[in-house]
Amino acid sequence: MIYSLCFVLFVIGLYCALTKKNTVKIVIGLSIMEYGVNLFFVLVGYRRRGGAPIIGKADSLTQFLSQAVDPLPQALVLTSIVIGLGVTALSLSLCIRLYEKYGTFDITEMRRLKG
Amino acid sequence: MTTAVFPLFVAIPLGTAFLIPVVARRRKGLADGLANFATLALFAAGLAVMVLGTRGVYAIGGWRPPFGIVWSLDGLGILMLVIVNLVSFAATFFSIRYMEGYTGHAKYYSLFLLMVAGMNGVVITGDLFNLFVFLEIASFASYALVAFGCEHEELEASFKYLVLGSIGSTLVLFGIALIYGTTGYLTMASISEAIRGGGKPLVLVLATTFFFAGFGIKAALVPFHPWLPDAHPSAPAPISAMLSGVLIKALGIYALARVFFNVIGMDRLTSIVLVTVGGLSMTVGVLLAVGQWDLKRLLAYHSISQMGYVVLGVGFGGYLISTGGNAAAASLSILGGIFHLANHSVFKSLLFLCAGFIERATGTRQLKEMGGLFSRMPLTRAATTIAALSIAGVPPFNGFWSKLLIVFAAFQAGYLGLALMTIAVSFVTLISFLKVLRYAFLGSLPDALREVHESPPLMIVPLGLLAVLCIGMGLLLVPAVREVVLDPAVAALVNGGVYARTVLAAFAGE
Repeated sequence: MIYSLCFVLFVIGLYCALTKKNTVKIVIGLSIMEYGVNLFFVLVGYRRRGGAPIIGKADSLTQFLSQAVDPLPQALVLTSIVIGLGVTALSLSLCIRLYEKYGTFDITEMRRLKG
Repeated sequence: MTTAVFPLFVAIPLGTAFLIPVVARRRKGLADGLANFATLALFAAGLAVMVLGTRGVYAIGGWRPPFGIVWSLDGLGILMLVIVNLVSFAATFFSIRYMEGYTGHAKYYSLFLLMVAGMNGVVITGDLFNLFVFLEIASFASYALVAFGCEHEELEASFKYLVLGSIGSTLVLFGIALIYGTTGYLTMASISEAIRGGGKPLVLVLATTFFFAGFGIKAALVPFHPWLPDAHPSAPAPISAMLSGVLIKALGIYALARVFFNVIGMDRLTSIVLVTVGGLSMTVGVLLAVGQWDLKRLLAYHSISQMGYVVLGVGFGGYLISTGGNAAAASLSILGGIFHLANHSVFKSLLFLCAGFIERATGTRQLKEMGGLFSRMPLTRAATTIAALSIAGVPPFNGFWSKLLIVFAAFQAGYLGLALMTIAVSFVTLISFLKVLRYAFLGSLPDALREVHESPPLMIVPLGLLAVLCIGMGLLLVPAVREVVLDPAVAALVNGGVYARTVLAAFAGE
């Protein structure tokens, strides 16, 4: 159930990126897509009432495995967030340069390339 | 050679990429030297690995799979590695003189080497999330390089490319999340073993779809192609050569083939989709190309068309394997696809470098404004002619052999329509390149171009190298050579499950 909500978020982002005319809104759409996927990734490793994945000297391995959440997706999501930040920064700087050149954020008015 | 050399393929370009802006920010000569040295070293290392037959697996930090990240090379990986580094060496060598008209050389080489590091990483990695990271490094550098000129067209093309490219990467990431959620592994070999055990649940079908769309965008297959004809011509010529020559192959085709053949496993439906999309790219690309008058744009559309050949060849082989068809035709078809991939990277980068020459000399990309250049630029004309005949599939140039293999395979398996379509597309390609040769080099020289002259000798060297390869690459089909270069690459795809077993067997004793 909650997984499908992530998918809904992803689709909203995709819709926004594909249909909006304002370049900044397109970038926002891309970020929403990213967040949808990131949330999904974290949820994959989530466990209800799970503990932190740190093994103490006294813990037995089976007990640890039955309680701890999966730490790997969190590490992956951190990486993916950093990549997402880079993409957002680059795309926003492109938006600014485009605004300097064309004097608008509207992509329908940036039409020098065709064919 | 041990597998401990594998990290060098990423470490050299990554290290040099950050070294250049630090030490060579004000000295152009030093930046040129460092970048060329790095790409030459990579090319030499790639060749050494291929000739010595270094295969195997390298576990980063000694963490064995499925816990750590493994890097592995098999026949297909080695072939890709050599191609990527060959073209990047030719492009950096060409950049020495070509980039004189631009500022910010240190930044340029830095981004260039980051792109090379990303591509080498994609080829060499055996871990799905690691593949995503390298994919993003390479794409990211390429977005910035497309916008390098900072003019109207370049920024517009780069933004378009960035939006579609990011959607593609996000789709790939979603696919990886689904795979991880289902199997609990990220190492490709372990995933493959886990999937082969059971059936195909719906989640895997969804993941396959995401991978297909994601890598399809990176490879610019036809329903996902609109960014390519804008992005590739807008970049500086050496970057166009890199993007069309190797980037769409390493990030798109290679990743697609690796994931579909070696990780998820080919089935009938997937291969039918691949053949359809390949055929579609082939025809739509070439039909759009014929009507173009902008030289670089025309070349970009041909990239879509030629990528169609590769996907068709590989997908058709996969179809025959998964339906239990003619096994000999299947290997022949995959051989044709992979060989065409190698050939395309050579002749398409040569064509883009020649187009860069012409654009620099004449100041225009419009074919209608050119003419009579054969007397002014004889060497460029010779190189362009060789590359054009190669891409059109005229014997004895390299493109002929790979297309012939695909046609043979289709005939052998009894799919006449497919074979005829391949020949027809090749014919249209020939027409469109005759147009290029006619309008650019023959006819009368316009008054505006009286002062045009041949480019400096230093720039001719990479052209000569690639042109010789165009003529000589047919020799790769000689049995003794083929056993070293192409056959291992074909075997990697034909026997999809062997990849996983090889990687896991390397650590079985520990």
